[in-house]
Amino acid sequence: MKVESRFLLFLSMFAAVTASIYWFTSYEDAGSVMLLAVCLLGLLPGGYYYWWSRRMTPRPEDDANASQSDGAGVVGAFPGSSIWPFVLGLGAAMTALAFVFGFWTALFGLTLAISAVIGVIVESRRGGVH
Amino acid sequence: MTLIAERPAVIGHPEEHEHGRLGVLGWLTSTDHKVIGKSYMLTALAFFLLAGVMALVIRTQLAAPDSTVVSQHTFNELFTMHGSLMLYLFVGPFAFGGIANYFVPIQVGAPDMAFPRLNALSYWLYLTGGLTMVGGFLTVGGAADFGWVAYAPLSDAVNSPGAGPDMWIVALVLTGFSAIFTGVNIVTTVFYLRAPGMTMFRVPVFTWNMLVTGILILIAFPVLTAALVMLWADRHLGTHIYTVAGGGVPVLWQNLFWFFGHPEVYILALPFFGVVTDVLATFSRKPVFGYRGMIFATISIAALSTAVWAHHMFTTGTVLLPFFSLMSYLIAVPTGIKFFNWIGTMWRGSIDFTASMYFGVGFLVVFLFGGVTGIFLASPPIDFATHDTYFVIAHFHEVVFALVYGAFCALYYWWPKMFGWMLRERLGKLSFWLFFIGTWITLISWYIVGLHGMPRRIAEYSASTGWTTLNQIATAGAFVMAAGVAVFLVNVYVSWRTQVRAPGNPWDGQTLEWAAASPPVHHNFTWLPPIRSERPVWDFNHPDHTTQQVHRKEAATAPSDPAAVKTAHGQDVGEERHP
Ligand code: HEM
Ligand SMILES: [Cu+2]
Repeated sequence: MKVESRFLLFLSMFAAVTASIYWFTSYEDAGSVMLLAVCLLGLLPGGYYYWWSRRMTPRPEDDANASQSDGAGVVGAFPGSSIWPFVLGLGAAMTALAFVFGFWTALFGLTLAISAVIGVIVESRRGGVH
Repeated sequence: MTLIAERPAVIGHPEEHEHGRLGVLGWLTSTDHKVIGKSYMLTALAFFLLAGVMALVIRTQLAAPDSTVVSQHTFNELFTMHGSLMLYLFVGPFAFGGIANYFVPIQVGAPDMAFPRLNALSYWLYLTGGLTMVGGFLTVGGAADFGWVAYAPLSDAVNSPGAGPDMWIVALVLTGFSAIFTGVNIVTTVFYLRAPGMTMFRVPVFTWNMLVTGILILIAFPVLTAALVMLWADRHLGTHIYTVAGGGVPVLWQNLFWFFGHPEVYILALPFFGVVTDVLATFSRKPVFGYRGMIFATISIAALSTAVWAHHMFTTGTVLLPFFSLMSYLIAVPTGIKFFNWIGTMWRGSIDFTASMYFGVGFLVVFLFGGVTGIFLASPPIDFATHDTYFVIAHFHEVVFALVYGAFCALYYWWPKMFGWMLRERLGKLSFWLFFIGTWITLISWYIVGLHGMPRRIAEYSASTGWTTLNQIATAGAFVMAAGVAVFLVNVYVSWRTQVRAPGNPWDGQTLEWAAASPPVHHNFTWLPPIRSERPVWDFNHPDHTTQQVHRKEAATAPSDPAAVKTAHGQDVGEERHP
């Protein structure tokens, strides 16, 4: 976790420095705000990882001498095949097209998207099959 | 159904998980990163071919003065869609949705991406977004025709009315979310799903580059999406964000767009830096030279790329020239380090000249010249003279052509792994030479005609300008490149008809994907070698050369042993060492 946090914090520091240089040399607001946003984007997860990296025992993937059996066992739950991402994608696209063709496509789109969300939730509840 | 994935033990075969449904339903419902990755690559290649055909039409139009092959309006649609398809729907999705999706989880020893359903959603948003963009051609007013950058005020409702431009905007919002979701997925996968012993500084350079690309996507794409939403509001809700009339600032669009646009250039390039790094190391039979330097260079390039956006706006007269010029020059430093390390990787290696290696070296050569002309353009006086001429077209096509070499490099390298059969080497090299020769014919004439003052985005020129001959040469070059791509398609067909089975590790590879079967089983691994360096498979296959804690320098100078593994120019079956 340490390298991950340093990587993000480095980006954040870099953006902080450039943002200040940029602001004080140009007084241009759009660019300065965006650079500040980059700084925050690195700071939030980077700070979180840093906080954790000091409190946790290193994971097998952070241990240079770990052997494969150290990590044996469950890695995580991975959904098997599911139709819902497709339905959600189609729904989202049709909803977006409403911004070109008017509201009627959003009716279909939102119906699909909402059923997909319900579908995914039901599927996950049922999950955990080995 | 949810599956609980288990980490394979050192030896032994865990029972096969689900085999997945076949056919269309299997494709629609798959959450397997390998299936999604392949879908991405195929779809992206289809957009590449379509955009390539548009390029040929553009070149045909420009092959003669006062040409009337297509109308002015169609010409504008064609270059806009050509650029948009190539950049938004081909390179990025091919590299990040395709290659990264397939190989990042495998290279870190994971069973799948961290969020498989989100991954599938990314693909569907990309496909629907892409079709929406192309669908603009079917509307009454035609497709978007304001260039791939959609500058205000050209992109407002008065100058670009109609549904086509709106579909372009909506398409980019959809594909933008698709990219953001994939970015989240890749970053999480690299941070949380690495195999034991796979410390961050053992992650292959390819995967590191994809991680950095993922972060860059998270930095850049939200800005584009926000800018597009405001553009839509200007077009339909009567806001005046980018219009002078209501007190808005047109150049704000350029600031927002290029704050996305320049990092986007590196979102497209970094993945192929990674591909080429892995490929050069494999075919030179050496570890990556300066592994950590490579990673720091990648991170520095990404960081600097957030602070150079206005080098695209020098001529607007509204930007701080010294700042952006200096920052742009600075990028040459980490890029130079990379070139040094690439050469170092090949230096005294026993190089295997496969088709993939040809394209890898082709990438280096072409990208180098694209970079050098980029340094010219980062100098405001030169940019003032050449902005919006064919010199700029030549510069950025030199860069994007290099990315096409990177894509072919990746395809020849990983095709056996993904499909289980090999591509033909000779056809691959023929395709390379055609593409390479065409590249230079086209580019050199563009550079020169640009210096003679030919502007970009013009549908016609008169013979009195003296640009005719150079344009004819450029068009000929474009068709030679197209022939190179056609040979690739022939290669795929021939290799598919008479298949040469691919072993698990045909190139004597170094990274974890070569420990998996070709193609890998569901959830990727039945077995993993111990991970003691950034090239675990090589360590395992060459225990005599790389002891566990070997110093990289020693490994680099160790003579390679030709008897240990066969050099398989693609056809020969390498030894499979794993059970
Ligand atoms: C055979 C290969 C190619 C040829 C012959 C070609 C040719 C052209 C031509 C003639 C233009 C129009 C220039 C103008 O009128 O201003 C153009 C524009 C462009 N091309 Fe290509 N191209 C090729 C490949 C690519 C690739 C691989 C990419 C990106 C990955 C790309 C990205 C672009 C972009 C972004 C534009 C600018 C569009 C605009 O002005 O808005 N091209 N290309
Ligand atoms: Cu740029």
